[in-house]
Amino acid sequence: MAKVIVLTSGKGGVGKTTSAAAIASGLALRGNRTVVIDFDVGLRNLDLIMGCERRVVFDFINVINGDAKLNQALIKDKRNDNLYIFPTSQTRDKDALKRDGVERVLNELKESFDYIVCDSPAGIEHGAITALYFADSAIITTNPEVSSVRDSDRIIGILASKSRRAEHNMEPVDVHLLLTRYSLERVKKGEMLSVEDVKEILSIPLLGVIPESESVLRASNTGIPVVFDEESPAGRAYVDAVARFLGEQREMRFVQPERRSFFRALLGRA
Amino acid sequence: MAGNLVQGAVFTVMVVRAEMLRDPAFDPELAQQVQRSPRFFLNAPVVLDLRGAAEFTHEAEFIEARDILRRHTLTLIGIQNAQPTQVDAAAAAGLASFAPNASQPSRARPVEPAPNAAPAPPRLAATATAKSRLVTQPVRSGTQIYVRGADLVVTAPVSPGAEIMADGNIHVYGVLRGRALAGAGGDAEARIFCSRLEAELVSIAGHYLVSDQLPPEQRGSAVQIALVDGRLTIVQN
Repeated sequence: MAKVIVLTSGKGGVGKTTSAAAIASGLALRGNRTVVIDFDVGLRNLDLIMGCERRVVFDFINVINGDAKLNQALIKDKRNDNLYIFPTSQTRDKDALKRDGVERVLNELKESFDYIVCDSPAGIEHGAITALYFADSAIITTNPEVSSVRDSDRIIGILASKSRRAEHNMEPVDVHLLLTRYSLERVKKGEMLSVEDVKEILSIPLLGVIPESESVLRASNTGIPVVFDEESPAGRAYVDAVARFLGEQREMRFVQPERRSFFRALLGRA
Repeated sequence: MAGNLVQGAVFTVMVVRAEMLRDPAFDPELAQQVQRSPRFFLNAPVVLDLRGAAEFTHEAEFIEARDILRRHTLTLIGIQNAQPTQVDAAAAAGLASFAPNASQPSRARPVEPAPNAAPAPPRLAATATAKSRLVTQPVRSGTQIYVRGADLVVTAPVSPGAEIMADGNIHVYGVLRGRALAGAGGDAEARIFCSRLEAELVSIAGHYLVSDQLPPEQRGSAVQIALVDGRLTIVQN
């Protein structure tokens, strides 16, 4: 049974698209037929991160409106045969995401894919709600700072109340935490929340911690998802996260125990 | 079919203490309160609490009370804490009698305010006939929970940006990081209990403290918060 996974966060700029590209690529590298969809209508970026921007002809909105067929819009990844990219429109806006149209397209995708990864836009408006509505699993992308954590908390609440699974009293969306742009140095200095702080506030299981790394920026700019870079710590962290998502036990890397947590420092308690 | 003629239902009803009707400040203050939320009060049912008002014994007095409340768009439907003679007089005025009655052992009365204290505002607290609400999932940022006429019990953390409200007490068996408003209907005896206080705001019957005003030594500890002499008081458990 195909699984719909949404990468969401509430806040913008935390690494949803980078993570969607990396997780989708990671799932494909493990032999799963995977498609990654860009829900950020009007602010199309996934095609750049995936390095297929020059091959976009038709998009998600064309397919929703019935102007193009699914196989005309899907772009096959150059590096992995299991991976497809479903770009969105840069000229339209989020109102073009009609819920019944999205449902029809997802159902069609479910026939030929194992995993459908949805890259959500930021915010909690129509675009983000539509992206998470049909999710079976959610990967909450969070940076170790208070505003990102609060927005993630809000999105978890929305998943629990406004998703299809919530509205139809089905088993709730299975929610995972992905902590991105983590810098152990800054955590030690008390400038960033620690993994433990974030886990305590959000109280959801931790899928992975992605260290802040130059390789992520390089990957974005060259259009090669960071999991393909086996040398980079961030790439390895994503590979681990994908393995955990598939049910494997893996030790958390890049997170040594910290002595003084940000929260304690904030509250003046040593 | 006969078995279905009478069905049970639970309602939240405002209670007005009879002795307050004698207070000259009652009329203008109630008028003000009604003006603030006219829709809430329009045709709202009211029960007259006769505790400490043994002088209400005549049918005419109950009719007068009904007329006073009617002027403020409220509908008097019955009495509470009544002596047997009062039950009869009220019945003659067409009013129902709600339990508990004075013949039953009643709870200890709350301490009266000092004689020189300002007259208490009219107490329009909802009765606790409604069932208290139990929340077992984390209360996430942006979520609002309100329990009308009863207590709220949360067995999970309450996130910053979440708001929990109850007309009765609030219990949080987890970290309280959001806003908690107990006694939302005006009950000054409501309390807030939490196993770790990191709240953005706590309030009882409209008296509130924001995060900055919480004493640093109480932060992060298990506390209860009560309204004592009109001041929010935090006691470490």
